[in-house]
Parts: sequence; structure tokens; C-alpha cells
Amino acid sequence: MNPIDVLRTALSSLGANKMRAGLTLLGMVIGVTAVISLMAIGRGAQESITSRIESLGTNLLFVRPGSSSQGGIFAAQGSAGTLTLEDAYALLDPIFAPSVGSVAPELGTNAQIVAGRENTNTRVVGVTREYEFVRNFPVSSGSFITLGQVLNNSEVVVLGSSVAETLFGNRDPVGQNVRLSGRRFEVVGVLESQGGAAFGSFDDQALVPITTAFYRLSGQQTNQGWVRVDTINVTAKDAESMDNAIGEISTVLRLRHRITAEDDFTVSSQQETIEALEETTNTFVMFLGGIAGISLLVGGIGIMNIMLVSVTERTREIGIRKAMGAKRRDILMQFITEASLLSLGGGTAGVAAGYILSRLLDGRNLAGQVFETAFSTNIALLALVVSVVIGLFFGIYPAMRAARLHPIDALRSE
Amino acid sequence: MIRLEDIHKIYRMGEVEVGALQGVTVTIDEGDMVAIMGPSCSGKSTLMNIIGCLDVPTTGQYFLNDEDVGSLNDDRLAVIRGTQIGFVFQTYNLLPRMTAQANVELSLVYGNLRNRKSRSLEALERVGLEDRAGHKPTELSGGQQQRVGIARALAKQPSILLADEPTGNLDSTSSEEIMAILKSLHEDDGLTVVIVTHERDIASQTRRVISMLDGKIVSDIPNTQSNLVTANEPD
Repeated sequence: MNPIDVLRTALSSLGANKMRAGLTLLGMVIGVTAVISLMAIGRGAQESITSRIESLGTNLLFVRPGSSSQGGIFAAQGSAGTLTLEDAYALLDPIFAPSVGSVAPELGTNAQIVAGRENTNTRVVGVTREYEFVRNFPVSSGSFITLGQVLNNSEVVVLGSSVAETLFGNRDPVGQNVRLSGRRFEVVGVLESQGGAAFGSFDDQALVPITTAFYRLSGQQTNQGWVRVDTINVTAKDAESMDNAIGEISTVLRLRHRITAEDDFTVSSQQETIEALEETTNTFVMFLGGIAGISLLVGGIGIMNIMLVSVTERTREIGIRKAMGAKRRDILMQFITEASLLSLGGGTAGVAAGYILSRLLDGRNLAGQVFETAFSTNIALLALVVSVVIGLFFGIYPAMRAARLHPIDALRSE
Repeated sequence: MIRLEDIHKIYRMGEVEVGALQGVTVTIDEGDMVAIMGPSCSGKSTLMNIIGCLDVPTTGQYFLNDEDVGSLNDDRLAVIRGTQIGFVFQTYNLLPRMTAQANVELSLVYGNLRNRKSRSLEALERVGLEDRAGHKPTELSGGQQQRVGIARALAKQPSILLADEPTGNLDSTSSEEIMAILKSLHEDDGLTVVIVTHERDIASQTRRVISMLDGKIVSDIPNTQSNLVTANEPD
């Protein structure tokens, strides 16, 4: 029996029961669509996060309190309040730390911001004026936090673009007053929009002078009465001096903290952060893919189910075909081809539907979450291959059952 | 030529062994027309299944055109079925979703035979159904369906035509039509025709009647009207 006959026979068998074939196909379509669109959403989120961090520059280092991390994931970050504002400025020492370019400490907390009748809960970060260029957060209107405001613990705030929009709509917030943890703050500037992300946004934050954050908002003090910081953002002078900078920062901090054994701080680079984040987001993407994979599996089981029914129903047909001279291989091929056509058809339609769905979702704001999707041809091909493999895998058992039927028994069946 | 030598066929039904055929030796010449008669469970269908290579004997030898086919594997038997043997079934066994012509072509597909279109049309013409080629079995009468069945059996130009109760489901007019076609295939085309039947007037239209009982041949005689009366005494 030549391949064209096999294909024609399979198509006509499927065509004899269009409703059933269609529903089985639908199972595969849903499975493949789920895999492709969920992977596209996951990858899109991953890419937007990575590119955001990369846009900050490659010579950025982070110093955080707490001892060393495992596998790049920060253990107990910020739990030990060992870094202070003085530590941060000590890193600017041109003799001990010649490779350090600039330093921008930060202290984060969460707070409610109220403006008139509008309010929002957001992350409030205490910063110094260096934060603007170290983290690349330019203002779109007004001005950034100044040195004077830091020294005076001024109650001023720079709003992220989405916070500003939530609180003031289209009005210009600069010069307006907001209430932050019950205190009155003056809005001095608004940050440029950084674009949305699936994992929280840099637009959804407010910046205040670090001293204000510490004394007015966090309500904590270190033993020495110094200002505690969460993270010290440090830029190396250039990309080549990154390793030197890490060494110098460690030396300075060890001296200041009189450390002989284990460090009570961690210096990590931008790259490590990206890697750590990618590790986390990979898990997330795999998780999404896994969930979608389950529906693909269910689709495959649907194929097996329908093929088993089909073999039972068509036992007599199998008998007739065998009497006409069909070999085991012919019957086997016929049923495997039917199963593969179902899965391949479902896979192809699923890839198309997945592509359309991920295109539709791209840039859409759903339930406060902006989706950025990345349709991947590799994933599409993979899903297609997997669906065919599933068709073969789940088709082979029913097909073997059909092929093994004894012609006489098959002919006798009703 | 069909030559069976001391054929035994034993079926296991759970614990019990049933000897469906118990030492059958028979030779059917090329171009003959033979009826196999007998009550149900006499082993006539089993004998026919073995002749048709649908089943293999437990012991004994079966030569089809001097080839020992009694011990071939499934696939080799399938090849013989696909090229040398044409089946006609009591219940027609046409595939309901296919047209008459497609049903006839089905027997050519597995033998990888060429010119399927023209061959199948020729076969339908031979049974007088060329104008029904595009009809599905449900649109045909029982007699017409059986004629499609015969067309399907002869399209591959087999050396043997095996008919298992070919008129069992038909009225007398259709039965006569079918028997006329089978006789014509035997007389005009020189085909070996083997008919399994329990109807005397069907058997009487063949040239030789083999009667079976309990898995054995009890009589095997050339057909004349007087012979037939005595040959079917056990029935």
C-alpha cells in the first residue's frame, strides 16, 4: 500500500466522522495554543525585565547587607541592617576605592500616598541625588531630589509616572502636595516612564530624600544613630574596572565593619542580578509551559481515546481489509496516520491560534497588568513536533490493537 | 489447484479443545465449481477460512497452486489473500461510507495493483452494475450489494473465488442472479469457484458437492440430480 493510499484512506475515515474528528482536533488545538501563548507571555515578561535591567548600564554594582548569596539568589536580603549612609559615602574614597565612580544608596519602604481623594499604595524609595544618573531615572518634569533636600530631611517627593497618573490624572503634579504616611510632602518632580512589566514596574514608585525616608518614614535607627540603607548602588569607573571595584568595595567595608571572618554584606554585579532573575523567571516560564503541557497531554489522551473507540467500532472494517489482503503494517499505518493527522492538524491550528493570541495580548493592559509577549518560532516548531509525537505515541497502542486483530474474529464482529 | 492433506484444526475455547476439522483431505482442480455443504458446526466455514488463507491449519498441509501455504506467516498469507483469493460474504461486507467503485478498488489497493479505476469499472460491468458505480451500499438493494461484493472479489483476477453462503441473505430472484453470475464466472472465465452453503438448490447448481459433518468429509461426489438426494441424507 503506497503512502498516498494510506493518506487518502485515513482522511476518508476521519471525514466519515467529522464531528468527532473536529472535537478531538479541538483538544489538540487548545493544548498547543496554551503552550504557545503562555510561553510567549512568559518569555515576553522575561525579556522585558532583562532588558530593563540591562538598560541601567553594565558597570553597575549592588552592595546589600547580609552574608553571601547562594546561586545568585539573595538570601535574607536586608535582614541584617548593617549598611549605613556613611558606608556608602566611604566608598567614594579615592585612595582605597579608585575604581568606584559614583555611589547611590537607597532605602525602600512601602507607603500609602494620598492626593485629594485619590490614593495608592506604592514602594517609596529614599535616595540621594546620584540615584538619578546611577540608576538612569531621569525626570520628565520638575527636578530630582537635591543634595540640600537630603541634608535637610526635606519632605519632598518625586513620583513615578504611573503613580503620578493615578493620583493626578492629566494634571501636572509638580508643586502639588501629597500625604505620605500622614505627612505632607511636596511633589518636586515626575520620573520619565520606563515602560510596563509583568513583575512590578519602576513607574510604580515614589522617590524621597534618603534621610527623610529613614527619619520620617521607616522609624528605625541603627545603634550608632546612623542612617541605615537597603542597597548601595555603585558604578565602576568603566566596564573594565568592575572586578577591581568589587575588591575595593569589599576592602573598605571590611575595614569599616572590622570584619575578620564572614562578610556581613554582599557585592553583586548587574550581570549576577540578571542571571538570578533569569533563573527565577525561567522557573516561571517553565511553570507556565508545564501547565500548558498538561493540556497538550490531555489532548493526546483524547486522541488515544477516540482511536480506541474507532478501532472497536471498525473491527469489521479491519477484518474486511485484512480479507482483501491488508498486512499488519497496512492496518498499523492507517490508524497511526489517522492519529498523526489529528495531532498534526490540531498542532498547526494551535500554532496559528497561539500566534494570533500572543499578538492580540502584546501590549494589552489586562487587569492592571501590561502583557508583553514574545512569540518564538522555536517554541512553535517544538509544539508542533511535540504534538505529532503525542499523536504517534497515543496512536500507536490503538493501531497495534487494530493490526493484531485476527481476520476471522474481526470479520465476525458486529 | 487446491490440495489439502490431512488437515486438522483445533480451537481452544477456554479449557475445552474443539476439533473443528479432523483430518480433511481434498483436492479441488483449477476451474472447478464446488459446493461445500453441511449443517452448522460441521466445519465447513473453518475449511473455507483455511482455503481462503484467513486461518492456518493446526496440523496438515495446504498447497495452493503447488505452494505450501499452510505454514506461512500473517503477512505472507495477506499477500496471497490480496492477489489470489476473492471472497464473497453472506453479509456482503461492503464499507458503508464508500461508493461501489471504491469498495471494489479496496481489493486492489493492498495488492498494489495498477489501473485500479479501469479494473474496478470492468469488474462492475461484469456483474452488470457499471451504472451504479457511484452509489453507496445503502443506496443499493441486497442483490446489488452482493454483486458489488462479487465485483470486488474478481477485480484482482484471483485464481479462486470463495463464496460463504453468498445467497443466504437474499430473496430467490436475487439468489438466481447471483448464482447465474457465479456460474458464468466458472463457465466463461474458468475461475475456480468454491461455495459454502446449506441450501440444496444452490449446491445443485455446482459440479461437485462435498458434504461435511463433525469436521470430516462424509461424501464427495460429482453433481447430478440423483446423487444430490442421497448425498444430503444426513442433513
